Amino acid sequence: MAKTKKKFLSGGLGQLTIPVIAIVLLVIFNLIRDPSFFSVGISHNNDGNIVLAGNLISIINGASELAILAMGMTLVTAACGGQDISVGAAAAIAGSVFVKVLKSSPQISGGKVLLAFICACIVAMIFGSFNGTLVAIFNIQPMIATLILYTCGRSIAYWINGGATPTVSSPVINAIGSFIPGIPVPTPVLIVIAMAIVFKLLFKFTSLELFTQSVGINGSAARLNGINSTFIKLLSFIILGVCVAVAGSIGVSRLGLINHETLLLDVEMDTILAVAIGGNNLGGGKFKIGGSIIGAYVIQTLTITLYAMKVSSTDVKAYKAIVIILLVVIGSPVVKQKFGKFMSKFLENRSGKAVKGAA
Amino acid sequence: MKRFKAMAMAGVLALSLVLTACGSSGGSGSSGNSGSSGNAGTAASSSGELIKVGVVNNPPSESGYREANVNDMEAVFSEANGYELKTFYSLKNDEQLQAAQGFITEGVDYLLISAAETTGWDEVLTKAQEAGIKVFLFDRMIDVDESLYEAAVVSDMAKEGETAVQWLLDQKLDTYNVVHIQGAMGSDAQIGRTGALDAQFQAGTMNLVVQQTATWDEAEAKKIVESVINSGEDFNVIYAENDGMAKGAVAALDEAGITHGVNGKVIVMGFDCNSWALRELLAGSWNYDGQCSPFQAQIISDIIQGKRTIDSKIIINEEKGFDATTITQADIDTYGLGE
Repeated sequence: MAKTKKKFLSGGLGQLTIPVIAIVLLVIFNLIRDPSFFSVGISHNNDGNIVLAGNLISIINGASELAILAMGMTLVTAACGGQDISVGAAAAIAGSVFVKVLKSSPQISGGKVLLAFICACIVAMIFGSFNGTLVAIFNIQPMIATLILYTCGRSIAYWINGGATPTVSSPVINAIGSFIPGIPVPTPVLIVIAMAIVFKLLFKFTSLELFTQSVGINGSAARLNGINSTFIKLLSFIILGVCVAVAGSIGVSRLGLINHETLLLDVEMDTILAVAIGGNNLGGGKFKIGGSIIGAYVIQTLTITLYAMKVSSTDVKAYKAIVIILLVVIGSPVVKQKFGKFMSKFLENRSGKAVKGAA
Repeated sequence: MKRFKAMAMAGVLALSLVLTACGSSGGSGSSGNSGSSGNAGTAASSSGELIKVGVVNNPPSESGYREANVNDMEAVFSEANGYELKTFYSLKNDEQLQAAQGFITEGVDYLLISAAETTGWDEVLTKAQEAGIKVFLFDRMIDVDESLYEAAVVSDMAKEGETAVQWLLDQKLDTYNVVHIQGAMGSDAQIGRTGALDAQFQAGTMNLVVQQTATWDEAEAKKIVESVINSGEDFNVIYAENDGMAKGAVAALDEAGITHGVNGKVIVMGFDCNSWALRELLAGSWNYDGQCSPFQAQIISDIIQGKRTIDSKIIINEEKGFDATTITQADIDTYGLGE
């Protein structure tokens, strides 16, 4: 018991220590503030379906796009040692393509939605490989390389839209964005779970995880060992492209409207934060996608908590910043090391005293 | 050397992308129209001579409002109507200033401006006056002396808010519990549309349930309304300062099974009169949509052609508010923005 406690206090959950502690603290804080905060109710929505409702559902549902993007971003971070800041703009492009294909004829069927999604995927993967090429082949800093798409992405989305805010309404889109009839869990949550499983299987049946880590830790050493590091980096951006297409399509489906200016606005910063809170090394190398997913939920819990406390949404960002600074500093290697040393000393002293007392 | 080559190639790649991007947002309109000005001489005109008009505006990509505004300008100041139109679109004040300077040097007859920022225009407008160019402001005011422009055709955002709030008062609800979703704080539209409602909160005729800015973001509006629903607080009015945010709010209501619109529990109010929003009104799923008219071109054209006299330098564009119970398809076709 003492051993596990010691292990936990000195960072025994590994990189997951900080995100797990953060989310536990947020939950405790909310339970003290309002014991009914996490109560989940069952209600009927306006389509007559039985659905789950409550803050907990809002958090899990609202963080879906962020969680999906964080998965892809983790991979890019690990392989390239840098972040893609164009995910929001790329999602706007993917969302625009999605809507464009849907609006090509008035009838919207399930097959057409699938086609639209595949088109969005292809476009997002092309833009992903554009970023990937700049990073992997031309060795440009990821943040600089993706700055290009970050700058022009929303203009491109505007061209595709050909208008400010095209709308699209159909039961199928509604099912993707909110609830499938008969299933009380919001569909975006199911999509997150599906994506997580896909990643899990990908890591289980391929060497992607190992290769990505080794490329991230030392690209040239990996290359000498026969790993095509250029390809791995490129691949990470293409996989992120798929995540972007999924997130963009969900974002559009939620409201049945694409606004190229506001769709997933500033999500790139939250995504990078999620990766950082997840305890991943932003300089590349070892990574845990689970950490980033928890990081995404931490950010969303924070936002919803602040909204529930009626903090003005202009101030929300400032409060978020304070909490995030704390998390990142606590999670930094320097503090972790100091804390670990302190704890082991503290525990040693105590057990020493206990032994003396017995004698 | 190889590395250098690679870097250079990437540089060119990056530059070309950025340039095309800028080209689209900044100069597409101007280049398109300089083409048409080339064959201006062939166009038939009643007076023989075309009136040269330079328009400095924000890019159509800014919003549905701007898109309609730009289209309206291009439709009214057409060659068929006896105009030669030069346009420049940018969100940046300094670029707009340069373009205005350029129009003055080129020698236009009239300069029409919707400025990105309210300051910094004194010098350019003085130069225009010296060159004998008449200046009209549209949509947005500029902080300069009244003598520097002929007239300003603008929307009175405060009046839009008052019209909407008056409509709400006319509904004669027993109690008003209002969820107020604001636009980007400090923007003209936000200040105007918030003012009238704030007055009601202070007077105590309406209760404020929550007042939050979603900075025109639909998804953010949805989150705000979700959090109100989750808190269990009662509300019967959603006052969103644009259509997109109203749509976000309605999505949250739908998921929570709260009825809205005509005969619904919650009254939904939006602004901007996008066509899709007016269709929501027609379907009875929203209650009210306030107009912010982007159509100033005809008024300015009438003044230029002497069909309208200037009584006061500031001309308030006439605007409507639409009620779900009285709106018709014809209204949507006439006043709706976009498709």
